[in-house]
Amino acid sequence: MDVRADPTRQLVRLRGRSYVAFVFSPVVPIVEWLAEIDATLARSPGYFVGKPIVLDLASVDLSSSAIAHLLGSLTERSIRVLGIEGVDEERLGANMPPLLTGGRACVITRNEPVQKPEPEAKPKPTSLLLECPVRSGQSIVFMEGDVTVLGSVGSGAEIVAGGSIHIYGTLRGRAMAGVNGNSNARIYCQRIEAELLAIDGYYQTAEEIDIALRNRPAQAWLEGDTMKITPLN
Amino acid sequence: MAKVLVVTSGKGGVGKTTTTAALGAALAQSGQSVVVVDFDVGLRNLDLVMGAERRVVFDLINVVQGVAKLPQALIRDKRLESLWLLPASQTRDKDALTDEGVGRVIDELRSRFDWILCDSPAGIERGATLAMRYADEAIIVTNPEVSSVRDSDRIIGMLDSKTVRAERGERVEKHILITRYDPGRAARGEMLNIDDILEILATPLLGIIPESQDVLKASNVGTPVTLNNAESAPARAYVDASRRLMGEEVAMTVPAERKGFMNRLLGRRAA
Repeated sequence: MDVRADPTRQLVRLRGRSYVAFVFSPVVPIVEWLAEIDATLARSPGYFVGKPIVLDLASVDLSSSAIAHLLGSLTERSIRVLGIEGVDEERLGANMPPLLTGGRACVITRNEPVQKPEPEAKPKPTSLLLECPVRSGQSIVFMEGDVTVLGSVGSGAEIVAGGSIHIYGTLRGRAMAGVNGNSNARIYCQRIEAELLAIDGYYQTAEEIDIALRNRPAQAWLEGDTMKITPLN
Repeated sequence: MAKVLVVTSGKGGVGKTTTTAALGAALAQSGQSVVVVDFDVGLRNLDLVMGAERRVVFDLINVVQGVAKLPQALIRDKRLESLWLLPASQTRDKDALTDEGVGRVIDELRSRFDWILCDSPAGIERGATLAMRYADEAIIVTNPEVSSVRDSDRIIGMLDSKTVRAERGERVEKHILITRYDPGRAARGEMLNIDDILEILATPLLGIIPESQDVLKASNVGTPVTLNNAESAPARAYVDASRRLMGEEVAMTVPAERKGFMNRLLGRRAA
């Protein structure tokens, strides 16, 4: 009995696949251009590893041996050239990468300006307005600027602001202004019964605040290393 | 349209359970169908104040866990036809309540009653947050003392952030109920006065319940104070509060010090 394996016909499948390749366009003098490549490699040694590279020789006029020398220099730097474009086919030797045509320009840098302006178009708010009372146990932290409260700040609540703090009610809790090191920040309130006032790290507790100020409109600010609290008008 | 109302406070012992029972009875007396739900799992008390402690078979936890059906757990008040109680369990862990389980029970209660009064445990823990979670309105019970008022402020903050209504961007309607108010001591500055409390809490006032022996007497005989002695000062204050809850305009009466001869004599001697 014959043992015979029918040769199955292997289909040649052609599939398209596209890559974004780096295009190297050498300029004369080639030595200086190579020095630039070396500088890039010094900053990030693995930068070109595994990335397809196409050599565009349209802007330089190189002989066949000069092209061979350039390819050799790139190979020394572990840069493998996928193809060459912009040169006559007869200048390429048999062991050189193939001639490529029809490459479409792909400007990588064009992507960046598209993404960038969107988030920057909206300026970050520089003040925070709270229309309701701040309750005991709540902590409002706003490092970007001023905080304005239309109600009261309860005992056991705290407001932390990068800028100044304005309270159009009674301040019974803690107010910390200028926490980013802004010593010009101030604290204003319609009635002061605060547990603690702080500006840029300098603070006074309820005990230290003059009793004559209690229940009056007041403002606090820094004068050098001392915190001043005075009644408003 | 059913209303879910939570009776809550930050501090314990201010009279949440007394208030739940008294308001529940007052609302039921005016013809509304009312269920009072005890959320204080582990420390149940509402059944005692309602005088139903010996009739408890199934409780809220059983219903939440699906062991019992809601009608099996509901206890009808002996005095009022339209007043019901859903008791808490004292033997279970307070973690036995689950968010979706409570939501399911509240939904089922909504279809049966006009008013669902939830008696919350004190504090800010899970039990308290679950009790307020599905509330449409809240009564914050507070005493005229600073610790109670500050804790109430904290609870109001939680009502504005941790309830289903708040998460949907709606508001939980809030009321302050001041209990154990003693006008004489307030006048002498031994208690916070009403204006100070309202100024601190920035929330409308529902009523002022005067300090009275009647409250203690009523809870010890297991009767809501509004049923026990309807003519007493705290009972009248609770009835007024319940009418305000139903949207009636009732003038606020601030309890005044009774200046009897003996009182004046004793007051002077104390001073």
